Amino acid sequence: MTPALKVENLVTELALRRGVLRPVDGVSFHVDPSETLGIVGESGSGKSMTCLSLLRLLPKPGGRIASGSVVVGGRDLTRLSEEELARDWRGRRISMVTQDPMTSLNPVYTVGDQVGAPLRYHRLAEGMRAVRAGAAAVLGRVRIPSPESRLDEYPHQFSGGMRQRVVSAMAIACEPEVMIADEPTSNLDVTIQVKMIDLYRKIQEETGVAIVLITHDMGVAASICDRIAVMYAGRIVETGPARRIFRAPAHPYTRALLDSIPRLGRKSRRLTALGGQPPDLANPPTGCRFAPRCALRVAKCAAYPPDAALGEGHSAACWLAGNEADHAA
Amino acid sequence: MLLEVRGLKKHFPVGSGLLGPSGLVKAVDGVSFGVEEGKTYALVGESGCGKTTVAKLILLLERPTAGEVLYRGTSVAGLSGSALGFFRREVQAVFQDPFSSLNPRLRVRSIIAEPIRANENIGRAELDRRIEEALDIVGLPKGAGALFPHEFSGGQRQRIAIARALAMRPKAMVLDEPTSALDVSIRAQILNLLSDIQDEFGVAYLIIAHDLALVEHFSHDTGVMYLGAMVEQGPTETVFGNPQHPYTEALLASAPRPDPDHRPTPDVILGEIGSALNPPSGCRFHPRCPHAFGPCAGTDPAPVDTGPGAWARCHLLTENAMEKAE
Repeated sequence: MTPALKVENLVTELALRRGVLRPVDGVSFHVDPSETLGIVGESGSGKSMTCLSLLRLLPKPGGRIASGSVVVGGRDLTRLSEEELARDWRGRRISMVTQDPMTSLNPVYTVGDQVGAPLRYHRLAEGMRAVRAGAAAVLGRVRIPSPESRLDEYPHQFSGGMRQRVVSAMAIACEPEVMIADEPTSNLDVTIQVKMIDLYRKIQEETGVAIVLITHDMGVAASICDRIAVMYAGRIVETGPARRIFRAPAHPYTRALLDSIPRLGRKSRRLTALGGQPPDLANPPTGCRFAPRCALRVAKCAAYPPDAALGEGHSAACWLAGNEADHAA
Repeated sequence: MLLEVRGLKKHFPVGSGLLGPSGLVKAVDGVSFGVEEGKTYALVGESGCGKTTVAKLILLLERPTAGEVLYRGTSVAGLSGSALGFFRREVQAVFQDPFSSLNPRLRVRSIIAEPIRANENIGRAELDRRIEEALDIVGLPKGAGALFPHEFSGGQRQRIAIARALAMRPKAMVLDEPTSALDVSIRAQILNLLSDIQDEFGVAYLIIAHDLALVEHFSHDTGVMYLGAMVEQGPTETVFGNPQHPYTEALLASAPRPDPDHRPTPDVILGEIGSALNPPSGCRFHPRCPHAFGPCAGTDPAPVDTGPGAWARCHLLTENAMEKAE
């Protein structure tokens, strides 16, 4: 199967006063049609910068893609002119949902205007009547009840959960091949969050869209993702099928992360805490970036470990990965 | 009971016209519970359920519309002078966001010293000793006192906030979402620190949180709030192990779990949280409840005992109890 999105060796640089940072430092992954890839990591791991890089929405001035490729539909998005990217790709074939629906919706335009905007811009509907009908149809697809009657309402007339549905409607309006969702449920209460996750699953079943879900919440990742990539300090340290990541994590960071989460139904007085802090990206360790916090550190870790293939598309960037004797120790 | 609230209500007037306020937000509407010495009580619920307002009422940051807060059996509403000072020393708070709860212009030493100076008359040497002691308990190096908050990471800043509270040698601490602003790997460090502090100094906690797994792990007793009212409470094992209120069930069923074989169920709750401005009649949860029936829209259910020290307010339970009695 040709992947819907293929990213190879992506390096993004941010020029700041204190020097040039590489928040994304050699990231590769792919997503197939009808598949959800979760990119999980903590703040500063580079997960949000990765998704901004995919759409070339990096902060200006200062942000740039230094090398690597982002391929959708046979074209490398990093090589397109800004004009062509905006006209034929961004929002049309690869779209994005951000975390906070309050800042991604314009308070002075009606919801119908905003959901219709991508249809108008990409010329998928001509004329006011067609755009309105199109916008209503898209709102229906995100399960907003009686969509026609809500087209003329403003964002503040929608509840938090309904607003996030409107933002998602804008993202799927042009039926893109790839949708990037950056923490789409983090601001929502759990009872609303579970409904959003259910909605994404239904949209994917209906349209076959490939979803890249950025999250810090391992619970959210487990409940929707087919595959998971774990990021740490600008690099993907482990990637594989969701079940493998949760049942048989191979990278010490992934294990530490999973061990540190309290779980329902398993009460214990102490959690297994991960000590230390993530490294400063202005001055990252030369070898494995997790080594300074790693309990299993060995001499070899002074050099960056290659990705060890563990079968079934599971791999981990750790010298010890695949060497189960070491894990047992 | 160290800290107790009885029939606590807080109504905020909204809208201001010529004829006065146009409505009332019943943020907290008749809440009662108690925190035992050296134990942890957790308040859980979704945004807008009033849990943070309860914390503010306890900390005397808001005055209740009705009801009272009792500390060691005495109402705190009438306290003044030295008795009020005593209460403020013994009950401390740690807030969610360590980036805004620490004064960026003060060195850590001054941040910790400020409440001690305001409440106690002690000499320089004793003050320094107290600061060092607090920093040591929370696991920060001695030199940390000379630095400013921005020189620390989020987890370390939350340690500073905890040190500031601890330096007062409190008997109770109100923790309002103490780990929500922190990264996953840092949360466990802070929770373990709080557990250690409780074991060593016998501090009671009132923790406000939305993360149910955290609450189950951390607290001895739990109260579940919905739209300003307590719908179920009791020992944490009872509330989590055998939830009796449909809202508690829905929260537990909705919570995402780090387990790819667990699918949260979206159908256990309908629609979205109601408004505290116009709370639904009868049981406040009935418009979202998949089990709602005859009496739910009409009358507010009374608490029904669901185990030792546990109760829930639900007409289904009232009905069951009546059938048993017959």
